[in-house]
Amino acid sequence: MAARFRTIQGGRGQSNNETYFDYSLLFTVLFLLGFGLMMIYSSSSYKANLDYNDSAYFLKKQLTAALLGIVAMVVVSHIPYHFWEKLALPAYVVSAAMIPLVLTPLGYSSHGARRWIKVLGFSLQPAEVAKLGMVIFLAYLVCKMGKQIRTMKGLIILMIPPGIIGVMVWKITQNMSSAIIILGIAMLMIFVASPDYKRFVIMAVLGCAAAALIVFAIVQMANSQDMTENLNFRGLRILAWLDPEAYADDKGFQTLQALYAIGSGGIFGKGLGESVQKLGFLPEAQNDMIFSIICEELGLFGAVALILLFMLLIWRCMIIANNAPDLFGALLVVGVMGHLAIQVILNIAVCTKVIPNTGISLPFISYGGSSVMFLLIEIGIVLNVGRSIRLKDL
Amino acid sequence: MSNKNKTYNRKKVVVVFFLCMATFVLLGVRLADLMIFQSAYYTDKAEDLHERERAIKAARGRILDRNGVVLADNKTVCTISVIHSQIEDAEKVISFLAGKLDLSEEFVRKRVEKYSSMERIKSNVPKKLGDEIREADLPGVKVDEDYKRYYPYDALASKVLGFTGGDNQGIIGLEVIYDEYLSGEEGMILTLTDAAGIEIEAASERRKEPVAGNDLVVSLDYNIQSYATQLAKQVMATKEADRVSLIVMNPQNGEIMAMVDVPEFNLNEPYTLTPEYEALRAKEEARKKAKEEAKKEQDENAVKESAEEEKSEEELRQEKLNGMWRNGCINDTYEPGSTFKVITAAAALENGSVTLSDTFSCPGFIVVDDRRIRCHKVGGHGAEDFTKGICNSCNPVFVTLGLRVGAERYYDCLKQFGLLQKTGVDLPGEAGTIMHKKEAIGNVELATMSFGQSFQITPLQLATTVSSLVNGGRRVTPHLALRAVDEKGNQTESFEKEKGRQIVSAETSETLQMLLEKVVSEGGGAKAQVEGYSIGGKTATSQTLPRGSGRYIASFVGFSPADDPEVLALVVIHSPQGTYYGGQIAAPVVRQLFENVLPYLEK
Repeated sequence: MAARFRTIQGGRGQSNNETYFDYSLLFTVLFLLGFGLMMIYSSSSYKANLDYNDSAYFLKKQLTAALLGIVAMVVVSHIPYHFWEKLALPAYVVSAAMIPLVLTPLGYSSHGARRWIKVLGFSLQPAEVAKLGMVIFLAYLVCKMGKQIRTMKGLIILMIPPGIIGVMVWKITQNMSSAIIILGIAMLMIFVASPDYKRFVIMAVLGCAAAALIVFAIVQMANSQDMTENLNFRGLRILAWLDPEAYADDKGFQTLQALYAIGSGGIFGKGLGESVQKLGFLPEAQNDMIFSIICEELGLFGAVALILLFMLLIWRCMIIANNAPDLFGALLVVGVMGHLAIQVILNIAVCTKVIPNTGISLPFISYGGSSVMFLLIEIGIVLNVGRSIRLKDL
Repeated sequence: MSNKNKTYNRKKVVVVFFLCMATFVLLGVRLADLMIFQSAYYTDKAEDLHERERAIKAARGRILDRNGVVLADNKTVCTISVIHSQIEDAEKVISFLAGKLDLSEEFVRKRVEKYSSMERIKSNVPKKLGDEIREADLPGVKVDEDYKRYYPYDALASKVLGFTGGDNQGIIGLEVIYDEYLSGEEGMILTLTDAAGIEIEAASERRKEPVAGNDLVVSLDYNIQSYATQLAKQVMATKEADRVSLIVMNPQNGEIMAMVDVPEFNLNEPYTLTPEYEALRAKEEARKKAKEEAKKEQDENAVKESAEEEKSEEELRQEKLNGMWRNGCINDTYEPGSTFKVITAAAALENGSVTLSDTFSCPGFIVVDDRRIRCHKVGGHGAEDFTKGICNSCNPVFVTLGLRVGAERYYDCLKQFGLLQKTGVDLPGEAGTIMHKKEAIGNVELATMSFGQSFQITPLQLATTVSSLVNGGRRVTPHLALRAVDEKGNQTESFEKEKGRQIVSAETSETLQMLLEKVVSEGGGAKAQVEGYSIGGKTATSQTLPRGSGRYIASFVGFSPADDPEVLALVVIHSPQGTYYGGQIAAPVVRQLFENVLPYLEK
């Protein structure tokens, strides 16, 4: 394996105590941030001008969050990650406790969902905090558990904390997509921590079967007329996913508009800033649907280039995880890696109508202050784990 | 720090990594599918969504007479609209437009203040006024140019030319029949809009230029048409007639040089009922009422049946308009009367049933089966040869001829002459011939048909058939359109008609020419004589149906030169007051026409 790691940039020192810093990861993240800001401006300026009389309205807000995030990232990258081990339980409890706050006067609604709280003038999405809290706590828990992880009982115990957070996010903030992401991250971490394969394969198969069954049941309900009214908005979303043109005015609208944007981009795109779909046709153009606008403006080439950047990011995470000095560090990185991978995959899958529409933002690109700040903090942790790698171990 | 990760942890991280990579690749494939193979589909859909179409009207082709005089033209008019989002000073716009366009401020205000992408204030504004408004250069006020059909000579040939509706489509006349040549292709401006329908200014417009319609050159001659109209109006006025139809055509090729059916109407205001038509209508209604009252006295019970269904104002108006637009030359039929004797003579000559030397005797009537059919001369014409018989327009002579030919052969002749079919003229709504069934023609029917009664044809059918009989014997198709010409003057389509089949022999045709020349030089058509020209012709006086109404139709068909006709005219005067004989009132109309037209055509 050593041969592969020769390619790593950074001080290739002679001293045994010299450590490593992953500049590729840092620069990839910074590039994505800059690209994201550009695309937010491109996709939101028209609407921002109409709604706020300031075409840079969204850009400014996102830029503030990104700058704060970068500061936080630098700070966190200097905090030895074992510090988080001590904070694991409080972090978990606090992040879990923040979720019900959305129901208090601190919380506020936007886009028809009550998912944010306002602290000191900043709006914060507790689900984003919870993702980080859960990653730290789970890594800590795995290390505490030691060999017990090999037993079924151990696995079940490990699933309880993320399960609690997931259910809270789902039920309290009505945010199923975040709940799925939290559970997904947890599953990936537990999968890495456990030596077993069979149980996970069985779980994956069962999960797929359950999803297929739900879709089948909803289609059956839709076919029998009187039951259609009983379908809630998630059921309708699934129907709209299967046939967006039939629900073009309502649930299928966003999906269809995203497809128009992507399809009309073609191979080379319409050119930066030339999207038409962003002119009020595609809802949430600067947010969950920003990838569609990227496709429309920069074409297949731009989209593939972006995907390659995310691949690079995940690859760097893998390298750091596998060279981390201990399991705790490795699991922290795996958690962040899972977080990034799951969100990127689900976001693109929604935009391209591979899965039903659900609100998932594209890491570093989509508009959203808490999301970008907490992602940068997570990158800070990964960078610190990277720092702990001694070059002599490579 | 010291417990290094176990190998399985590392392996699993690699597994997770490759699962992610595999998923990314699959998503990439999905993207490639959407953006390469389904790109065209979604691009079309997106463009449909983004683009707004604005039509650009194509200039409709003009209608020109045979010498290039423009009979139907376009004039530029303006449509004034306001664009809400671009208006800066609403009050100024309101008062300015209300003043210029002679509209109430309230009306303009409602439109100016309405939140819409574009609101029309007034259309069909004269170009000059439109230019003034444009020069004022008020933000938010838009002046679009547009074409409007314009007929320089108002009522001239109104029933032939026809007019167009709001969408530039023909409604009646030539405008309908040649619509596909005249209308051209609309152009289009495609503009990009945002989701609210607001045009994006920076986006380039896609423009499809309109294709102007072809000009239509018709066989009408402006001078002949105007003069014919003048004559028809004159005779209608002096004889207080209901209607006068006048057709002038070239008997050799069927080209119609003039077609008049007064009262005509103003093509620039086709939806305004003319006073002439209203008067005619009132006259007809008074007659109907009188008739109904007479009937009521006869039979009390009949009242109920005749009680007309109530018609709504709108229906009544539309019915009146349709009546005003009717072209009596082709849309209505009448009993031709004695002019039809030309056809009977042709049938008899062609079948060898008569020779010029045959002699007849007219006691003032002829008995057919149990009927006594009177001649118009009560005392009878006495002994006469065939030439004399036609000059006298003697009914017993033609009844004898008809009976000699026989019902079967007579009917076959009518068929051969093309009388039982429509003429095929290039105008809409041509009426067919109303004729007995072949089996139903007994001696009495045959006898009445011989002198042009008991059936109906259109004036154009008569003019066409006589043309065909005297032009050497070949059936012509009457027509107006000569050719379609594009903007650059290149002919795109020719509508010239081939001369049809031989319907009578050249000898018969020559005999008819000679006989009909005699009618004018020596017989009942004397009033059609024009000094220096040989004229052939035949008069007719028929009672309108139902008989006993005391109303008549006087007509005359004439042609010149008699031995090689170049022009043929038919005049039909409906319900003249006072003298009603064709030879007295219709023949002079043709004389006056020929006095001017014959020298004119020689030039």
